[in-house]
Amino acid sequence: MLAGMVTVLSSACLLLGAFLIISGAVGVLRFPDFFTRMHAAGVTETLATTLILLGLMLFAGWTIVSFKLLLILLFILITSPVASHALTKAALHGNLQPLVNENNEQ
Amino acid sequence: MKHCLSLAFVLMVLWLGNSGYYSPLLLSLGAFSVVFAVWVSHRMDVVDHESQPLHLSGHISFFYCWLVGKIILSNIDVVKRIWLGNKSISPCFARLPMDQKTDMGKVIYANSITLTPGTVSMDIENGTVLVHALTAENIAELKGGEMNRRVADLEL
Repeated sequence: MLAGMVTVLSSACLLLGAFLIISGAVGVLRFPDFFTRMHAAGVTETLATTLILLGLMLFAGWTIVSFKLLLILLFILITSPVASHALTKAALHGNLQPLVNENNEQ
Repeated sequence: MKHCLSLAFVLMVLWLGNSGYYSPLLLSLGAFSVVFAVWVSHRMDVVDHESQPLHLSGHISFFYCWLVGKIILSNIDVVKRIWLGNKSISPCFARLPMDQKTDMGKVIYANSITLTPGTVSMDIENGTVLVHALTAENIAELKGGEMNRRVADLEL
């Protein structure tokens, strides 16, 4: 009974994570410029990876594999914002002008 | 000294968690590697409050719980806007003040901004951070300053 619930829960995590990754990919294709595309990529690198790794951890149970997956998750959550920041900063210093909506000029 | 001990503890957990073999030979090799790595990093003078931020570890777990909630909410918002299309977004950017005193606090704040989808920190200069956001509401929320205040509280 409990094992069945864990399987259902981890499958739900994996499916939701897969949906978020597809959404992120659609966003990267759909959004108009580099900076807005970074936000769409942000979906895949935060909640989508977390859900997929969480689903795999539930499948693995209390084993050494779960610990390694947890380490991967921590590593991704610490390095991905640094990479995003480096990319946007490089784009900004390369004089790429962000697209700005006329309605909310600040 | 306490920074060296904390580094040794982290390395020990990493070894035990990643090896999965607990024979005396491999455990003694692990102990040797930990001691050697701590000695080398101590000689390189990289074991300090920046590489081992012990003073943060008390309050930071509450901050992470709050941040996870924020990340989930902003993910839902961004995914909604992806499927609604380009008409639903209004990209903009603004320069926001940072109340953090230390470099560590500024890094945590800028990384937290980037971790929540919908906002990306672009540049840090003279105690301000340049933020690009997917919608004007995202900027308005950051201007409310809750995240800024929470990160500044971590430094105390």
